[in-house]
Amino acid sequence: MAGSAEIVLGPDELADLAIGCAVLGAGGGGDPRTGLLMALQAIDEHGPVRLVSYDDLPGDGIVMPCGGVGAPTVSIEKLGNSDEGRRLRNRVEHLLDRPVVALMSAEIGGTNGLLPTAWASTLGLPVLDADGMGRAFPEMQQVSMHVAGISPNPCVLTDERGNTLVVETIGGRWVERVVRALAVELGARASVAVYVLTVEQARTATVSGTVTLARRIGALLRAAEADPVAELVNELAGFRLVRGKIVDVERRTTGGFARGSALVEGLGADAGRTLRLEIQNENLVALEEGRVLASVPDIITVLDDESGTAVTTERLRYGQRVSVIALPCHPIWRSDRGLAVAGPRMFGYDFDYQAVEELHATAA
Amino acid sequence: MQRQLDLRLGIDVGGTNTDAVLLDRAGRLLAKAKVATRPDITGGIVAALDGVLAAAGEDRSRISHVMFGTTHATNAVLQRSKLCRVVVIRIGAPSTLAIRPLLAWPVDLRQTISAGEAIVPGGSEFNGCEIVPFGAHELRRFLDSLPGSIDGVAITSVFSSVSAEHELEAAEIVRSSLGGDVELSLSHEIGTLGLLERENATVLNAALTNVVREVTQALETALASRELDALVFFAQNDGTLMAQEHAARFPVLTIGSGPANSIRGAGYLTGMRDAIVVDVGGTSTDVGVLANGFPRESSAPIEIGGVRTNFRMPDLVSVAVGGGSIVHGEAGRVEVGPESVGYELAQRALVFGGATRTLTDAAVAAGRARIGDRTVTPEARLAEALAWADAALNDAIDRVKLSRAAQPLIVVGGGSVLTPDQLGGASQVLRPDHFEVANAIGAAIAMVSGQIDRIFDPSRIGRDAMLDEAKAIACEQAIRAGADPRSVEIVELEELPLSYLNNPAVRVRAKAAGSLSGAATVPSNSKEPSCVSPA
Repeated sequence: MAGSAEIVLGPDELADLAIGCAVLGAGGGGDPRTGLLMALQAIDEHGPVRLVSYDDLPGDGIVMPCGGVGAPTVSIEKLGNSDEGRRLRNRVEHLLDRPVVALMSAEIGGTNGLLPTAWASTLGLPVLDADGMGRAFPEMQQVSMHVAGISPNPCVLTDERGNTLVVETIGGRWVERVVRALAVELGARASVAVYVLTVEQARTATVSGTVTLARRIGALLRAAEADPVAELVNELAGFRLVRGKIVDVERRTTGGFARGSALVEGLGADAGRTLRLEIQNENLVALEEGRVLASVPDIITVLDDESGTAVTTERLRYGQRVSVIALPCHPIWRSDRGLAVAGPRMFGYDFDYQAVEELHATAA
Repeated sequence: MQRQLDLRLGIDVGGTNTDAVLLDRAGRLLAKAKVATRPDITGGIVAALDGVLAAAGEDRSRISHVMFGTTHATNAVLQRSKLCRVVVIRIGAPSTLAIRPLLAWPVDLRQTISAGEAIVPGGSEFNGCEIVPFGAHELRRFLDSLPGSIDGVAITSVFSSVSAEHELEAAEIVRSSLGGDVELSLSHEIGTLGLLERENATVLNAALTNVVREVTQALETALASRELDALVFFAQNDGTLMAQEHAARFPVLTIGSGPANSIRGAGYLTGMRDAIVVDVGGTSTDVGVLANGFPRESSAPIEIGGVRTNFRMPDLVSVAVGGGSIVHGEAGRVEVGPESVGYELAQRALVFGGATRTLTDAAVAAGRARIGDRTVTPEARLAEALAWADAALNDAIDRVKLSRAAQPLIVVGGGSVLTPDQLGGASQVLRPDHFEVANAIGAAIAMVSGQIDRIFDPSRIGRDAMLDEAKAIACEQAIRAGADPRSVEIVELEELPLSYLNNPAVRVRAKAAGSLSGAATVPSNSKEPSCVSPA
């Protein structure tokens, strides 16, 4: 873009990015710290990464959305290696017979918001300032590229040993089914490139500007003084749903997915209120006395009340002092097609989605 | 003639003071002492010992157990002093190459400790299968390349809490290559899930070998000089004990025992199992929670000297309010601390004829305490300082409280005379006798524990069998560490289903604790691997 200064992701920018990725993770996506350390090692060895927009790239160039799939608890033991990113890129280029011009996070929320930056550094490629979700979601087809009608093929999957699989399926739901089963067989984590697309397609089929957004969130929380959470919701047109203390956390495994709930009891101005969070990998619904305050696909995140840092669902614990916030999701998720992929009913809830700002207007 | 062996001696070495207490079989306090901590470790311990032994008289021969808590390991890491040079071996190629060992360490600490780092092939999957075969050849080649003498070796393999096989194979090779007397730290015996944090803890453990050996020798010298022949136990970060031989092998576990001891000690002195504990020292106040008889643990990762570990330490809120906190400024804009006169309180405070205004002076002026030998004129700035301290304590208490319901509150520590009778909206404020030596008492009455943190697949054996297995391993660990089998019970059990998986793998953490078994069953220093592979 004419006049725009080139943005380079170095150690400071990555530290901010990690804080922001945790907030956008809606409690899921795994602690970005692992992704941050990978990216720091990569840029230490191979140099910083350029952050580019669509206009900086050739329209027919290939963008490779990528990230890790599997259990975050496994990824804190099996960290992965940079060869995985290289194998994904090489195989995609081989299959399409065209060069990949940029990597992109399939998912900005959680550790996957940083992993592609680590790989991009080792490959000498830029990272596109966009992602496929604007948050974290549990399933692979829950990406904006799927909503926009982009084919998931060819999907490439690789593990740390070098096992590489190309998966061709009839659609997004099958990619999710097959790849998750394969990932379990490979040791409950794998790296994947999926919904590969051109820069021209990416203009409308991706959630743009999310790397910059995550960096902005990180910078804001790092600099905030009195009440970081208030500054954050103010800046992002979000809502603080409650400020209080976690008084109960329940976890269970149903239908193969980790589900649970947490109760947040209000303190101070919110004394007497109790908010119930429904959890399924991410925070999905916030309820008060049976009334929905916010729901997926809007972003519901639990923040440490003092520092403003995000608390992942796996770290929720009795007694923590938190604020629960809701941020409006990208408009693509509010379309009929978007809601058919990631609306409340897709997660087993029997109610229609209402935007958090509407719910809040009714409540006020 | 058979002598009676029924007394326990608790010693807590803190930054400012060294405390000692003597308890009888029923847990009654027979004697207590508080002396200034000295750079000469033995001298400080002897001074505290003499304080209690004088009161014990002939009964000193009845001392059967000595429980020892110390901040030496913490200080060694913070000050980067007396640390061993450690070779860091990770068994995790190619599955962990993305983040090299010690990547996030402070540069100076890494330079002080690291004598070389390598990642060799191997490691386990979460289900116990091999990721790739163990790289014995690569390990030998790396060991051959090492120059000069090496103090210790830290070995960490992927999912070692599920299968320790590769760590044990590596240990054999290191012993045959570097000699049998090299100090080995194996991660499966030290940390829990989370490769980097476990690796960090294992490296710190190897680095602290000399520090804790020196402390152990100082303690033995001190005990021998007073002709005490007792079994020695060390306090660890969760408020439980380990045998001296165990502490020598796992020195890193002695870090952070002080707060845990004072919380347990406060519970013991009051008979409470659930309460908020406020420990007011000379420089700062720690507010923690006693939950079901044990300190509530923090869920946040614990950093020691800038290094992230996965130890579970008491969840504390600390504020810079202590008996020696200095009061600055004129009325209307008074500031308190964070500087403190510390152990010089008895020279520098107004009540002792000194020239420095402290919170102790403010408490005396307000009529809360009678300390020192001078009267203090009540003045506006002292009143203002005390009001500020009260507000800071109330806020800290509010931050650790679990619910709006009023809870009992226990105030302990040498500076606890500062505190008002009404605090933090508590249902009652308890000020037990012997409050000033609560941490030494906590050490003396501590239990012995064992734990497990591992991923299970309940679809194979069922949830009940899975939990039973986890509980059994935790109990077995506690007994192995010296607990009386009849007293062992599960004190913590947590199930965490793994997210983003279509199979129901579950992470289970269990902790068992029991009282110390009698003198006859001393745990040996040959500790088996702490976890067995799933069937």
